[in-house]
Amino acid sequence: MSSTTLPGNNLARLNRRRRLQEWLVTLPSFIWLLAFFLVPTLIVLAITFKPVEPPYGNIGPGWTLATLHSLANPNYPAIIWRTVWVSLIATILCMLIAIPFGYYMARAPQSRKSLLVILVMLPFWTSFLIRIFAWKILLHPEGYLHKFLRLLGLIQEGDLLLYNTGAVLLVLVYTYLPFAILPVYAAAEKFDFALCEAAQDLGCNRLSAFVRIFLPGIQRALVTAALVVFIPALGSYVIPDIVGGNASEMIGNKIAQRIFVDRNLPHASGLAALLALSTVIPMLFILAIQRQQARAPAPRRNRSTP
Amino acid sequence: MKRSRFPLVVCVLGMIFFYFPILVLVINSFNASRFSTVWEGFSLKWYDELFADPTIWAALRNTMLIAVSATLVSMVLGTLAAFALHRYRSRLQDAHYTLVYTPLVMPDILMGIGLLLFFSALRIPLDRGTIFIAHVTFCVSYVAMVVLARLQDFDFSLIEAAQDLGANTWTILWRVLLPLLAPGILAGGLLAFSLSVDDFVITFFVSGPGSTTLPIKIYSMIKYGKPPVINALSTLILCATFLLIWTSYRLREKQT
Repeated sequence: MSSTTLPGNNLARLNRRRRLQEWLVTLPSFIWLLAFFLVPTLIVLAITFKPVEPPYGNIGPGWTLATLHSLANPNYPAIIWRTVWVSLIATILCMLIAIPFGYYMARAPQSRKSLLVILVMLPFWTSFLIRIFAWKILLHPEGYLHKFLRLLGLIQEGDLLLYNTGAVLLVLVYTYLPFAILPVYAAAEKFDFALCEAAQDLGCNRLSAFVRIFLPGIQRALVTAALVVFIPALGSYVIPDIVGGNASEMIGNKIAQRIFVDRNLPHASGLAALLALSTVIPMLFILAIQRQQARAPAPRRNRSTP
Repeated sequence: MKRSRFPLVVCVLGMIFFYFPILVLVINSFNASRFSTVWEGFSLKWYDELFADPTIWAALRNTMLIAVSATLVSMVLGTLAAFALHRYRSRLQDAHYTLVYTPLVMPDILMGIGLLLFFSALRIPLDRGTIFIAHVTFCVSYVAMVVLARLQDFDFSLIEAAQDLGANTWTILWRVLLPLLAPGILAGGLLAFSLSVDDFVITFFVSGPGSTTLPIKIYSMIKYGKPPVINALSTLILCATFLLIWTSYRLREKQT
């Protein structure tokens, strides 16, 4: 910094100016997010502790723990549990596909790599609703997939492929797979595959070289990939709404139902707060670790994942 | 060294998995039959029906209006945020970073319900304005992250060089910083635009009766409308996106 060469009172003035500049560039986004992100989130948390006013499910005066107690009623834990395991299975399935997929992309010839990246990115850029709708049509009793599976004798005329947890899982994987593939590919591309070959020369077989050398080498990307599937899956609302049925409702659907159908704002807030805590706490934890690593006195940091 | 064929197989099957549903949808938009498994010949009648519906055009107008304005505002706010986060290290920036980062991991539905309760607490009527605010709120973080990544490769000695050569703050901003950051800001803007155009969940919570956007329209069509008309609309949207992505891809290829 050139400022260290200046005499004392100039230095103080420069520091003050720097401080002012910092505030000037920070305030616009800071205030916007404070007003329209932090405050609304805090409102959700606060309304959880408000009583319901009977006729319209509005917010009553005073404070209460009634909503928290009602979250323990038999209805909710079942839905919370289902939300967690559906998201977990979707994450595992995505990872099982994304790891070999990303590995193949990274080892493909240079000319084919960019085409593959574009092909994986394209579904990500196309409309979310349209992709869900496409599956609804395919799975429909009049759809191709239904007809094809019927021909194979795997399902009967009256069997439903839609409106169940299987359909929700399928569409979750379809929607979030590109998010899992891209970080795996990005890390695999930077990975030095000579290490795997060295392991094989030293007597490792192909699979154990893959499991013991490659996978630990892209560890951070694997965590990222799992989180970018798991977190949005926890909060999914549209997918179970369109291809799921009553028995495959997730927390998101219950929240929307408590707002738009059987109006009960404190209940909706309570569920939303629960969802917030279950996603934000692990994320803040990871963020803190990342930030600490970034603070480490390395002048240039290279991030393996975006 | 011999390689396993398994990853190739997964990749090919994965691509079929990605594109088969989209392909079926596009083909069916030209199918004269109302049912998707019976081909009754080529027809454009679903497109005619689509174009005859004025509510679709109104929804498209709303979507574009909101997307363009939200993109521009979030580009400004996001770039400033990225600059502050990169340039300064302080407690303020720690809080700022958390504030910018958390919306990225917050489930959409939470942001939706939060904003809905916020707007109703302040008695702000739900219309295009509230959708605009909501969209800027989730776009800022994405723009900031993209620009921040770009700033990480930025050589700040260029600014010091400009200062030494007598440039004032404005000149540095307009002639040095912005031109060099432009690709990052544009990439962030493109991301913000596509997120805004495609957002359903948050918009669903903060939209009012007269402010239907395209995703909301598509959702109500999926729930209550005729499937072939949605096929036609989806095909048009898919064509537009593919064209946009392909163009930007070619442009980037030309640059490098």
